[in-house]
Amino acid sequence: MTILELQKMAVEVRKGIVTGVHAAKAGHPGGSLSAADVFTYLYFEEMNIDPKNPKDPKRDRFVLSKGHTAPGLYSALAHRGFFPVEDLKTLRHIGSHLQGHPCLQHTPGIDMSSGSLGQGISVAVGMALSAKLSDESYRVYTLLGDGEIQEGQVWEAAMFAGARNLDNLCVIVDNNGLQIDGAVEDVCSPYPIDKKFEAFNFHVINVADGNDMNQLKAAFDEAKTVKGQPTAIVMKTVKGKGVSFMENKAGWHGKAPNDEEYEIAMADLEKAGEALCQM
Amino acid sequence: MSDVKKVATRQSYGEALIELGKEHDNLVVLDADLAAATQTGKFKAVFPERHIDCGIAESNMMGIAAGLASTGKVPFASTFAMFAAGRAFEQVRNSIGYPHLNVKIGATHAGISVGEDGATHQCNEDIALMRTIPGMTVINPADDIEAKAAVKAAYEMDGPVYLRFGRLAVPVINDNPDYKFEIGKGVVLREGKDVAIIATGLCVNSALEAAEKLAADGIDAMIVNIHTIKPLDEELVVEAAKKCGKVVTVEEHSVIGGLGGAVCEVLSEKQPTPVKKIGVYDVFGESGPAVKLLEKYKLDGQGVYEQVKDWMK
Repeated sequence: MTILELQKMAVEVRKGIVTGVHAAKAGHPGGSLSAADVFTYLYFEEMNIDPKNPKDPKRDRFVLSKGHTAPGLYSALAHRGFFPVEDLKTLRHIGSHLQGHPCLQHTPGIDMSSGSLGQGISVAVGMALSAKLSDESYRVYTLLGDGEIQEGQVWEAAMFAGARNLDNLCVIVDNNGLQIDGAVEDVCSPYPIDKKFEAFNFHVINVADGNDMNQLKAAFDEAKTVKGQPTAIVMKTVKGKGVSFMENKAGWHGKAPNDEEYEIAMADLEKAGEALCQM
Repeated sequence: MSDVKKVATRQSYGEALIELGKEHDNLVVLDADLAAATQTGKFKAVFPERHIDCGIAESNMMGIAAGLASTGKVPFASTFAMFAAGRAFEQVRNSIGYPHLNVKIGATHAGISVGEDGATHQCNEDIALMRTIPGMTVINPADDIEAKAAVKAAYEMDGPVYLRFGRLAVPVINDNPDYKFEIGKGVVLREGKDVAIIATGLCVNSALEAAEKLAADGIDAMIVNIHTIKPLDEELVVEAAKKCGKVVTVEEHSVIGGLGGAVCEVLSEKQPTPVKKIGVYDVFGESGPAVKLLEKYKLDGQGVYEQVKDWMK
């Protein structure tokens, strides 16, 4: 896909997030929207995956360690063709395959159940180790929140990945700066994030704007060239990105828009999509 | 009894892994800096490339095991019961149990027979914790023969399994040509009519010893070995209760939530029967030689005999 096509798709993914969370009357729009661009980039450009063969043993893997942003992942998967986009409206409903947090057994394209913070990265490390043990060439990606890295297990996993030189592992940190109780540096500062991963023998790539497709492309292209070390992409993003009243507001971490807010959000995204069509 | 062959089930675990490792390339062993104690070091010596030491990080080890299982490996994640079921409980629940991944947890050093290390390392709660996880199979073998059979059976089934092993060398009681191990199937080791003693792990031998002493007093005890606590052999438990009218459970585990709890859950619904639960009575353990501790906590043959006799009065 071209950068413009990816940008347009990211708008569609954002619409799916807003639609799903609105229909659920619950969920986590803020962190889903901050990561919408990276979800789009991974599933439409970066990863070797096939919606028709979601269990292909040779596919690249993705673990959403920050599992509460499932609406973003679901929207990317739906738009990529793993299941109907219509399903997004069933998010969090009884009987839906779209659980509040990703579930391996229910949803096509989900490589691991997640949601309890800090656990996904360990599983991703296990997958990367598995590829090394059997000399497979697939890569493993995992997305963490900047609040999530307060969990000690993240650093157990990072220590192991660095010590084992797992260069098929790419850890992405969505540094939107906000967690439930406020700014990450006020709650319990994880900074400096890049230096921490460097200390654990990661090749670190700082992305100044993780909502910019060009910068994401440059980062993932660089990550693939790294040998002998895992990569950490630390990307600055805007929580709630693309929906005017949600941007940079901790309050939109885990709250659904009401009907009126839904209309405003969708209008914001329509406008963004139209602007891209003028380009 | 000094001429009886004794083997610690953790040793059986290490040896069984080597045998399975020879047959199956996808078997991978994980440890958390306890390879000598858990006996996976034996596997490491033969298959160094398939032995992964995760360092002292059990929570991460369980996640790595989940990742390995999701990509086609059959990982045996090994550490002490305290850290496998205790520290890493939530990782086992959410990263292994919920996605129902094919991870085998080899938990050694269970119960008070850990001995000198004392209460921090004596896990008497693991059976209770593990059996509450949906889809988890929980096996507590009684001796060397059964432990090796259990490891093999765990490999052969698909899904998460918690295997409980001990540190102390215990008598080999299943050394007979008819021995057959089937997950979820209890074994009647002695027929009897006055009381059904249902035991698990090293307490199976204690129950057998107690039965001899009870027989001398005119009490005819049926002895049932429940190596699989989940799924429990409900049919056999109900049958034993019907036959004897009185049930005793014996385990080197808290009387809360373990074998005793599982048996009572079944009997209260299907065959209400008086049950005496013998185990660790809601206390922490302590330091001391394992054999002395089993004696003090009345989990050896004499202790079980005394407790059953007293309850039967």
